[in-house]
Formats: sequence, C-alpha cells, structure tokens
Amino acid sequence: MKLSLRRKAINAVMLALTGVCTALAVGLLFFILGYLFVQGGFSLNWNFFTKLPVPVGETGGGMANALVGSAKVLLLATCLGVPIGFLAGVYLAEYAGGAYASVIRFITDLLNGVPSIVIGIFVYTLLVVRTGFTTYAGGIALAIMMIPISLRSTEEFLRSVPTALREGAMALGATKSRTIATVVVPAAIRGLISGMMLNLARVAGETAPLLFTAFGNQFWSPGWAQPTATLPAMIYAYAVSPYPDWHRQAWAAGFVLLTLVLLVNITARSIVASGSSHKSR
Amino acid sequence: MASSATTVQEIRPPGRISFVGRVLSGDNLAQTVAFICATLILVVTAALVFELWIHSAISREKFGFHFLFTSTWDPVAGNFGALPFVYGTVMTSALALLIAVPFGVGAAIFLAELAPPKLSDGMTFLIELLAAVPSVIIGLIGFLVLVPMLSVVVPAIKDLFGDHPPFFFSGPFYGVSIFSAGVVLSVMVAPFIISVSREVLLAVPKDLREAALALGATRWETTWQVVVPDARRGIMGSIFLALARALGETMAVTMVIGNTPKISASLLAPGNSMASVIASQFTEAVGNLYLSSLIEVGLVLFALTIVLNGAARLLILATGDKGASR
Repeated sequence: MKLSLRRKAINAVMLALTGVCTALAVGLLFFILGYLFVQGGFSLNWNFFTKLPVPVGETGGGMANALVGSAKVLLLATCLGVPIGFLAGVYLAEYAGGAYASVIRFITDLLNGVPSIVIGIFVYTLLVVRTGFTTYAGGIALAIMMIPISLRSTEEFLRSVPTALREGAMALGATKSRTIATVVVPAAIRGLISGMMLNLARVAGETAPLLFTAFGNQFWSPGWAQPTATLPAMIYAYAVSPYPDWHRQAWAAGFVLLTLVLLVNITARSIVASGSSHKSR
Repeated sequence: MASSATTVQEIRPPGRISFVGRVLSGDNLAQTVAFICATLILVVTAALVFELWIHSAISREKFGFHFLFTSTWDPVAGNFGALPFVYGTVMTSALALLIAVPFGVGAAIFLAELAPPKLSDGMTFLIELLAAVPSVIIGLIGFLVLVPMLSVVVPAIKDLFGDHPPFFFSGPFYGVSIFSAGVVLSVMVAPFIISVSREVLLAVPKDLREAALALGATRWETTWQVVVPDARRGIMGSIFLALARALGETMAVTMVIGNTPKISASLLAPGNSMASVIASQFTEAVGNLYLSSLIEVGLVLFALTIVLNGAARLLILATGDKGASR
C-alpha cells in the first residue's frame, strides 16, 4: 500500500512536470511575441517605412531601403529557388526511381543541413570575389537555401495525390507531362502553395548568408548589382550597436520582420488545414 | 495531324528515337527539364564542397591538421588555429542540449501522451511558430533582454557558492558569454526536439501502452518504461537534428557570445564559435591567409553538420517513422 502511494505520487509529479515543460515552451513564444510587440510597437512610426537610415546622433530616420532590399532579395530567391526545387521535386515524385532518386534525396537533405553561413561563404567565393557585394548575390544565396525545402515539400505533396487520378488521366490519352500539369499538380496545389510560403517565411529571416553577399547599405540600392540593406542584416547591425536610438530602430525592424514571418506561417498552415479537412481523416 | 504524330511517337519504342527527337517532343522536354533541375542540386552541392576546399587551400597547406588543435588566432602575425572556435561551438551546443533535451522531451511526452488531441495540436502549432522565429530576432532579444537579465541573475547564483565557485562558474561575468549563448541556443533547438519527438512518440503502437496499463503500471511508468524506450532511437534522432542546428546557428550566437577567441574553463567567460567567428570577421579579413583560414573553419563546420545530419536521419529512419525524417 505504501509502495502504491509512492508510485501514485511519482506518477502525478512527473506528469505535472511534463505539463510544466510544455507551458514553458509555449510561454516562451508569448514572451518573445509580447516583448517584441510592446518594444517594437512603441518604436514603430511612419518614418520607419518611408525614410532612409540617418547617421548616428541624428534622431528619426527609418529603414525604407532595407524593406525594399529585402523584398528584392527575396523576390530573386523565390524566382530562382522555388521553380528549380519544384521541378526537381516533380522529377523525384513522378519520373525518377531507383538509385538516382535516392542519391538526389540524400544530397538534398545534405544541402538542407548546411549551415546558412557556409552558403554565404560559397556565394562569396563563387560570385562576390569577382563582382563585389551585390543584391543578386544575396538573392542567389537565399535561393540555394530555398531549393532543398522546395524540393522536399513538392515531392511530399505530389506523392500524396492518389495514383488513381494519374491512371485516369493517362487512360483518357493524356501524356505524362500533361497529366502532371493538369491533374496531379492541381490536386496538390494547396499543399504546394503552403510549402512555398513556409519556405519563403524561413529564408525571410535569414541573416548569416546575407552578411557577405548583399552586405548592407545606408542608402537606396538601384538595380541589382550593388550592395543592399536588408531587414535582418539591419536588425543585427543596429542591435549590436551601442546607441539606444538604434536599438529602438532594431526593435521596430524586428517587430515588422516577425509579424511578416508569422503571418505567412499562419496563412500557409491554415491553407493546408482547410484543405485536409474535407479529406477523410 | 498533331494527334497522329503523337501516336506514332508513342508506339515507337523509345530506343529508336534520336536523343534530340525525344527532347523536342513536349513530354520528354518536360522530363528533361525536371531532370536537369534535379541534377542541378547535385551540381550546386558539388560546387559548394569544391569551392570550400579550393579556397581553404592556403590555410590547409600552411597549418595542416594543427589548425584544429592550435588555440592561437592572431590575424596580425598570420597565425591561425581554430581550437577556440571548435571549443566554443562544442560548449555552447552541449549547454543548449543540456537545457533543451529534458524540457523538449518532457514537453513532447505531455503533447503525445497526456494532452487531449485538440490541445496537443494547438500547442504543437504554437511551438512550431516558436521554431519559425528568425535567428536574428532571438539574438535581438538575447542581446538586449536576456544578457542584461543574466547580468543580475548570474552573480546572485554565484554568491550561493560562496567564495569558491566551481571552475565552470568562476571569473567575472560581463553578460556576453558562452553561457548566454548556450541559453539562447536552447531556445532555438527546443522546438525541434519537441515536434520531432512528439511525432516519434505518437508513432509508438497503442497496444504497447494498453498492455503496460493492463499489467497495472501507472501512466508515468507506461510512458517512461515502455513508450519512451520504444521511441528512443527517434528521440535520439531529434536530438542529433537539434545538435546539427545548434552547431550551425550563427546570428543569435554571434550576438551574445562576446566574440573573443579564447578558451576559458569558465562558462561565464566570453568566447567564440565557428559560425560566429565567420560572421563577425569575414568581411574584415585582410589577406589571403586570414580569409582562407575562415573558409577552412567553414569547411570544418560543414563537415561536422553533415556527419551529424546523416547520423540523425539514419536514427530516425531506423525507428521506422518516415514522417519524422523530414
């Protein structure tokens, strides 16, 4: 009887502890969100979106150039990384089999695990040593990070399309590429879109590969062949500076970046969730 | 007209059509483009390894294997050894796991075994959002909130030890330190451990739980002695994945580690990790040897994460849960 009580006590205590762990993890998210929204919310103003950064000592200014820079870098990364990853994913899901597919899958996982700073070094030695810091070098660095994720999510969602759909299309006389383009991909479109959005959200906050590719810029960066400011790199530079006014700007930038990243994340997840609800689950 | 051409092509055995002919017909064109994109991944990865190898040549030839075991990092004298950074990376990652593993596995157990499915899904959603918070934002909060906070908390803890704190807690504390970096890293890797471990635990067959409960085991005994051992390889896999991420994590660590190329026994001393030395010194590296040494640090980091990722994937695959291998 005594033993049984002890066991019951251990049971209760340990189970309660696991609950505490979960509460702490979730609480941490709310702490981060709360702190950033309060600090960032107070620091944010219209100038942030419309003005250029000002030199130390002057108050005011904003990060308009970093917002545009980030948008440009991400646009380029998406236009390069997503189609390549998508087509490669189509190849793995629909065409390839056997050893070659396994090799590509393995290499993709490997590339996915490469630390982002190493990707930065790669693009630096490949491009930046020849052309100098450029906007497109930053875009290419992020594109390399997007390819593996794009591939894996494409393959996964295409594989979840029932084979019967493909057979039906083929039986109607459609060629394989036509089957894929008009039947398989539309059937998986929700998953594909959400996969791309999650991918974008992930690289949007990447800083390390941009430090020595897109570098940074206090001014506007016209075209694609000049260094550009980006939001994450600005957060880094401003946060580690010793000036309270720059810290304020960093909080505002962090607020904007996190809001965008979380919004894209939540939207992407709700697209999948609403799609899978009318499947039999 | 067009349709008859298609039919003729499809009846013909593929071997008869010339390569160019196959490529030009739409169907094969699509396949070829997809094939090229897939192959491009191999090319990019090969190029990455090649570039790192070639551009670290100067440093590799000059220092050889001593590079990894020498602790001088003197850009002025042109003497480079990566040991302080290897040490910093290992210590911060170990510390991160020491904090994140018990919490992560605990939370995973709660989410997989105890929480009602709806609550579990909701909590997991929030925890996955935590994983989506960019590294630089964790660093921002780490540097501007956590570091000042630790500057108050840590001396108080040190006072508890009296005049002779243990060696790993000795020396002055300036806020930025290996300890701070470990704490920040643990926040970043815990969500990975939680969501992967949860999936692995959910994959454990129900029969096992029912059998243990029927034998009179309590809920906790069932979980700890039956379910967790069955999922242990998958959980180990999640820890390896977390470790691989911790090793390569750059921004958050760079912002709180102090960037000092020194090895100190005390966790409270500032240090530097492999990723953070690259981030903080790469653009100001003057001279080929300096740059080449930094690239070699990148090469070592790359090799390390590949080994760990490979081990993690093997472990997760070995538990037979393919869903978690992503």
